[in-house]
Amino acid sequence: MKSSNLSRLRGLLIFVGLIAIWWAVTALSGIPKFMLPSPASVAQAIWVQRAMLTHHTLVTLSEIVLGLGFGLAFGAVLALAMILSKTLQSWLMPVIVVSQSIPVFAMAPLLVLWFGFGMASKVVMAVLIIFFPVVAAFYDGLRRTDKGWLDLARTMGATPYAEMRHVRLIAALPAFGSGLRVAAAVAPIGAVIGEWVGASAGLGFMMLNANARMQTDTAFAALFILALVAVLLWQGVDLFLKRILYWVPDSSAN
Amino acid sequence: MNKPAVADATPGKAGQIGIRVRDLALRFHRHVIFENLSFDIEPGQFVALLGSSGVGKSSLLKIIAGLQSPSAGSVTATDGGPVPGRIAYMGQQDLLYPWLTLRQNVTLGARLRGEKPDLDWADHLIERVGLTKRRDALPMMLSGGMRQRAAIARTLYERKQIVLMDEPFSALDAITRASVQDLAAELLADATALLITHDPMEACRLGKVLLVLSGGPAKLDAPMVIPGAIPRHQDEPHVVAAQAALLRRFQELQS
Repeated sequence: MKSSNLSRLRGLLIFVGLIAIWWAVTALSGIPKFMLPSPASVAQAIWVQRAMLTHHTLVTLSEIVLGLGFGLAFGAVLALAMILSKTLQSWLMPVIVVSQSIPVFAMAPLLVLWFGFGMASKVVMAVLIIFFPVVAAFYDGLRRTDKGWLDLARTMGATPYAEMRHVRLIAALPAFGSGLRVAAAVAPIGAVIGEWVGASAGLGFMMLNANARMQTDTAFAALFILALVAVLLWQGVDLFLKRILYWVPDSSAN
Repeated sequence: MNKPAVADATPGKAGQIGIRVRDLALRFHRHVIFENLSFDIEPGQFVALLGSSGVGKSSLLKIIAGLQSPSAGSVTATDGGPVPGRIAYMGQQDLLYPWLTLRQNVTLGARLRGEKPDLDWADHLIERVGLTKRRDALPMMLSGGMRQRAAIARTLYERKQIVLMDEPFSALDAITRASVQDLAAELLADATALLITHDPMEACRLGKVLLVLSGGPAKLDAPMVIPGAIPRHQDEPHVVAAQAALLRRFQELQS
């Protein structure tokens, strides 16, 4: 309880400190407003454009959440399929590895061409960068189940299904968790890059638009909201993982 | 009312079965671990199998448990039936599942088989191993000795006629090990048990019959029978003599 209060206080202090430095730089350096707007003008932009920001935030958030959902599901299913079938594993693994050698960001224009300017291309983009860390981590976790746990389960008459359901899946959750953490960190990047290449809505689209019109304070406002979304997403995932991984000494100690 | 017969922690003498091992062989490619291995474990007997590490003790136990296939030979129960499915297994660690509470770990077998857990039976066993107060604790909250006692309760919960143990106490400190050994010996008094160990003291305190597996390909010495009720005290003349004999034997094997 005490240490979580302390970490909350620390987070607040870092936030306030960064804003103060930002403010000091704008106040003392004489950098023009269209290069680096002050915190106050960004706050004002957020307030004035709150309706528009809300709209675009919801679009980007939907892309992130959908991308995360599909990416996790896709990654988990691939990992499970590869564990259940050696043949499938030997055919899929090279494909997955090669797919990662293509820079996904370089594919963004193609994705927009194929899936349009709407949300679909951004969701696909996010899925493409999310599924790999999930597959890699989860597959590894499923493969490394403690041999002793499996032996014990077998002597107790567990069927392969029960062994998967009660032992291997649960034992692989910490590994899945580290995949999920990486996925949560990269999901916003996927969505925003997709929006930069071609979109009609979303925070990335808003930033690009504002930049082109020298409305740097609006671009900063969108960036600020995006950072907030990313931090909240990370916190949410962290909280969720701490709850389901209550039995892993590290995650419950804090 | 409809309470289970909680009075006896192990199957009655009538239900006892032993193990018959015949011409067992284990080979990896051309490397022979053991060959023509034959021995009997009488119903209700506590047998300790000794040997240095790498000699094939654990593989032998896994073959008996049905977790590994032998290259040749057979393992049957003394009543002619199969052995896998009639054994309870204790591995080299306590093997408690860290995400389950102590009580859920004790009833693990029921969970894995999709049965309704027998909580009265589980609570009775948890009481016998002295962990009633820690019933709902996660394994990570328990000391090494407590975890091993929980593993004993989980083994007894299975109500199997044969108990196979693969160095289950090797990770414990000497004092804790002695008390957990006593508890195991007391609770497994009526079961047929095969204990694998590299510790002569453990073998001499717990085993009715001692088997020594050595060499490559590994062979069994003639079984050594130690008189006296189990668990024996480390000062008993039988234990001291047997331990000295074992150490002598191991020294011979080394040279």
